[in-house]
Amino acid sequence: MNPVSDKNPPEPHNPAVTRSRWRVSPVWLVPTVAALIGLSMVIHAWLSSGPEITISFKTAAGLDAGKTRVKYKDVTVGTVSSVTLADDGSHVVAKISLARSARSLARADSRFWVVRPRIDIGGISGVDTLLSGAYIGVDTGSAKTERTAFTGLETPPAVINGTAGKSFVVHTIDLESLDIDSPVYYRHIKVGRVASYKLDDDGRGVSLQIFIAAPYDRFVTTDTYFWNASGVDISLGADGFKLKTQSMATIVAGGIAFAAPERSNNAPAPADTQFVLAKDEQSAMAPPDGPAQYIQLRFEQSLRGLSVGAPVEFSGINIGRVVSMNLDYDASRQRFPSVVGIEIYPYRLGPVVAKLPKIEANIDQQDAQFLSQMVVHGLRAQARSGNLLTGQLYISLDFVPHAPKVTFNANARPLTLPTVSGGFDQLQEQVASIVSKIDKIPLESIGHHLDTSLSELDGTLKQINGQVLPETTLTLRQARQTFGAAQDMLAEDSPLQQNLGQTLQELQRTARSVHMLTDLLSRHPDALLRGRTADQPLAAPELRSNTATSQESKQ
Amino acid sequence: MSRPPRTQQLGLIACHACGLVCHHIVGGNEHVPCPRCGTALHRRRPDSITRAWAFLIAGLIFYIPASMLPVMYTDLLGNGSDSTIMHGIVEFWKAGSWAIAFVIFIASVAVPCAKFLVLGLLLATTQRRSRWAMRERARLYRLVELVGYWSMLDVLVVAIVSALVKFQGLSDIEPRIGILFFGMVVIFTMLSAMNFDPRLIWDADET
Repeated sequence: MNPVSDKNPPEPHNPAVTRSRWRVSPVWLVPTVAALIGLSMVIHAWLSSGPEITISFKTAAGLDAGKTRVKYKDVTVGTVSSVTLADDGSHVVAKISLARSARSLARADSRFWVVRPRIDIGGISGVDTLLSGAYIGVDTGSAKTERTAFTGLETPPAVINGTAGKSFVVHTIDLESLDIDSPVYYRHIKVGRVASYKLDDDGRGVSLQIFIAAPYDRFVTTDTYFWNASGVDISLGADGFKLKTQSMATIVAGGIAFAAPERSNNAPAPADTQFVLAKDEQSAMAPPDGPAQYIQLRFEQSLRGLSVGAPVEFSGINIGRVVSMNLDYDASRQRFPSVVGIEIYPYRLGPVVAKLPKIEANIDQQDAQFLSQMVVHGLRAQARSGNLLTGQLYISLDFVPHAPKVTFNANARPLTLPTVSGGFDQLQEQVASIVSKIDKIPLESIGHHLDTSLSELDGTLKQINGQVLPETTLTLRQARQTFGAAQDMLAEDSPLQQNLGQTLQELQRTARSVHMLTDLLSRHPDALLRGRTADQPLAAPELRSNTATSQESKQ
Repeated sequence: MSRPPRTQQLGLIACHACGLVCHHIVGGNEHVPCPRCGTALHRRRPDSITRAWAFLIAGLIFYIPASMLPVMYTDLLGNGSDSTIMHGIVEFWKAGSWAIAFVIFIASVAVPCAKFLVLGLLLATTQRRSRWAMRERARLYRLVELVGYWSMLDVLVVAIVSALVKFQGLSDIEPRIGILFFGMVVIFTMLSAMNFDPRLIWDADET
């Protein structure tokens, strides 16, 4: 196999020579292009990288360096590049590299918060993060200045900047079940929410900032009233059972509702107008209560069914409520009367308050004076049954006719208003007295006597049947016979009738003779003595005969 | 010289393709076609060292974005994340899958880096006509060539996985630009290894 040892080796060819035109090998293009690509990527990355900002959060839950995104309007605008603990360990600092297009988000009043799945009664939010993991939400501000260090919000802001609408401030005594994000309803339409709340500086109330989204914000007028729409309002009225609530969510989570008075044409309220939150719709619509007047009532009867908070009505108008109920001991009478404290808001009576006499004294004295007059005219307190079904009582202040006179001490404090037993109790008493009267009637002896009388009556009737009736029948038969006889007598062909006719004819003739006689005598009165002349008419003798006849008939 | 002669010493040149032996006319990089088959005849691969260097440098340049940029986007139940090679290794290591982390590390980091080192070493020593450990260097070269085929493992994994895992909404895997650079790295290192002529190692022996 050694080529040197081969015999007669074939002549190798002499190939032609061509020279390459390139001095530098073109293969160097490859790394050059690679370098260019790399360089362009670096430049692109450098150009597209936005500002670096840091956000401090209380906890880094859900934050993952290199993974957690920063989203604005659901567009990824940056990534968390690192999450570190702050120097003092009180919070975590997330470093975020924003995209260049999102550099405008880093304004002085921009807000950042971690979007995590949140489940509360108002709903479920951030469901998309349940699987995808948390992300950081941004709400850009409107400030001109830029900033790179932010403090993250612990809860998502209720109002995203740039949302059309207005904010208002509502004052309330107690936050109750309201919370950030609690809904605000207008005619049962959700139009806004509670953006924030804070305790007033003096600690005597809570100021809620609510946000009403456009276009509903124009329904908030200067005379709009707000009320707490939390919970359920169950009422049993004359028109039936009513259940009122704004929505299922408000039952648990609370909410606010507002309305303007009917026919209100006030201008829409400017932003940040202050309002007062009423307890419920009724009290919201009611005129302001004004100062309350505390009055004590003493009831002798049991007040089962009366509860603290029960209404106090005057002429059917709710003017107050029961604030306390206690038992008292009356040593002299060995009784336990109930002492009920009520609060009355005279201003609830409405415009009529203006008509009431004004006594220029302090308001307490004025009320006392006025009340004492009313008591003289029969004003009494009664515990009345408001509902027969449940036995709920309410206090009614009313003028009781023929009320027994009582003394009213206008100077006593608290004022004690005389009471009478309530309407239903009165009815009960009356019914009881009627029943006791009925009870007193000797029903047994009455029954016994009645029985005796009836048995006697029975005997009497038997007697009548057995004896009186047959005799009556006989008498009637005889009477009929008598009538028949009488009828026979009066018949046309009866002898009596005929005799009567003849008699009457005779009488007629007699009367004629008497007439002639009287005629004769009137013309010739001497005929009575001389007798009748020849030319004398027949009247004279007739008269005589007539006279004679009349004398005869008289005899 | 007790050693057997080499073609160069005999003034001969053999065609790579058809094995025709010709007279070697001039030493250098001239383009000489084989009289029989037309394949370029050269004693050694022309510009072998230069080309190998060029491809090696290109591969090195591409290795930077390949390891910095994400190679794969994994979306599991909406939880999407880009992962770079190192990130993936750390993740698997943290999760306790040391074996997988090790495999990925070997395939994606150790092997390319080793290739860079080995090729760089070979090229440097050959360029300097070093006579140090020539046999071992030849073996090293064979190893690099052998490993070259398997360096595409990462690219294949990403390609297959991103083609298989397409469950709309549930899970989704997509390749990212980093894997392209990684593929380029592999190609360039293979090209570099191909262009390196191992016979050059032994050329140092002659002088």
